[in-house]
Amino acid sequence: MADATWPEELYALLRKADITQFCYVPDAGHQVLIDRSLADPEVHSVALTTEEEGVALIAGAHLGGKQGVLLMQSSGVGNCVNFFSLIKNGNFPFLTLVSMRGDFGEGNPWQIPMGQATQPVMEDIGITCLRAESPDDLIPTVQAGLTMAFQSEMAIAILLTQKLIGAKAFG
Amino acid sequence: MSKITLQRRDVVGTLLAPRKPNLLVVGGLGSPSWDIAATDDNPQDFCLVGAMGLAVPVGLGLAEARPNNRILVITGDGEMLMGIGSLSTVAHARARNLMIVVLDNEQYGETGGQPTHTAGDTDLVAIAAGSGIRTTATIRTENELNELALSIHEIDGPAFYVVKVTPDLPGAVYPPLDGAFAKDRFRMAVLKDQIT
Repeated sequence: MADATWPEELYALLRKADITQFCYVPDAGHQVLIDRSLADPEVHSVALTTEEEGVALIAGAHLGGKQGVLLMQSSGVGNCVNFFSLIKNGNFPFLTLVSMRGDFGEGNPWQIPMGQATQPVMEDIGITCLRAESPDDLIPTVQAGLTMAFQSEMAIAILLTQKLIGAKAFG
Repeated sequence: MSKITLQRRDVVGTLLAPRKPNLLVVGGLGSPSWDIAATDDNPQDFCLVGAMGLAVPVGLGLAEARPNNRILVITGDGEMLMGIGSLSTVAHARARNLMIVVLDNEQYGETGGQPTHTAGDTDLVAIAAGSGIRTTATIRTENELNELALSIHEIDGPAFYVVKVTPDLPGAVYPPLDGAFAKDRFRMAVLKDQIT
């Protein structure tokens, strides 16, 4: 993944779509986006102590007329579940990019329960999941997600699967 | 230590009395939201009636989006404890237009008055200061409260205040329960012609 070009294209796409609020819990899968957002004087990029803060931060940004994205790992989705109530009852547009663990080729059994539950849990509470399995379909998938979130006011999670980002070497 | 005499609803009334049009308020579940709704049913208030623990980061997102507004988060001790890590996030983000006031009655009022940890050894002001928020204070008296209210538009944030209040719970006055309505009302008031 270190040599992949899609993270740069992805950052450019998000910025072109006027995303100016980034928030994240540090994660190797999102490293390029995190680094670019921190270096970009036109955006706010906030490190969180836990993922649900990002759900609130994006809602607050929307109240103030700005568009945001939450970058998190699939394990963080579990931390957010009750807080998606804010997004759903408020009908806030919401976009998160989720780097998957416990997915295709995972070698750490501790990651399996939440990784396997990530998509069903999100769908149960009303977040629409779009899976990106390869570099070729990532950009069109995120483009679709941006339109669905910010034009149609949906709550969208783009799942960056381990087929795309690779399974982390472990054990 | 002096006996606690401040009443929560009076405290919110005092804090919001000198309100200028650029002040935006975020209320945390639950009595702080009722206090805000009872004081001033203002479209520039966004009151949470769920998502316990998120009042401060909603305020932070708003503060970053609206640098020319003042953002006041009013929440309770139980709600603050549930999202306590957000104080570190706020300190790190250095939002200068963000101010947090915790109405600390040392109990979970909505669920029957069970003590929170602030009834014991937990000191929220010490936690905020330790998180890196440089402007902090505990407010116990009418005079201290009046002084805070008068400086609400001038304080260099992020700032964090605990106001010790009695456990008395005035009747619930609900803000809009429909979050989508509250959001749209807020955005129409604050963003005016910027809304697309």
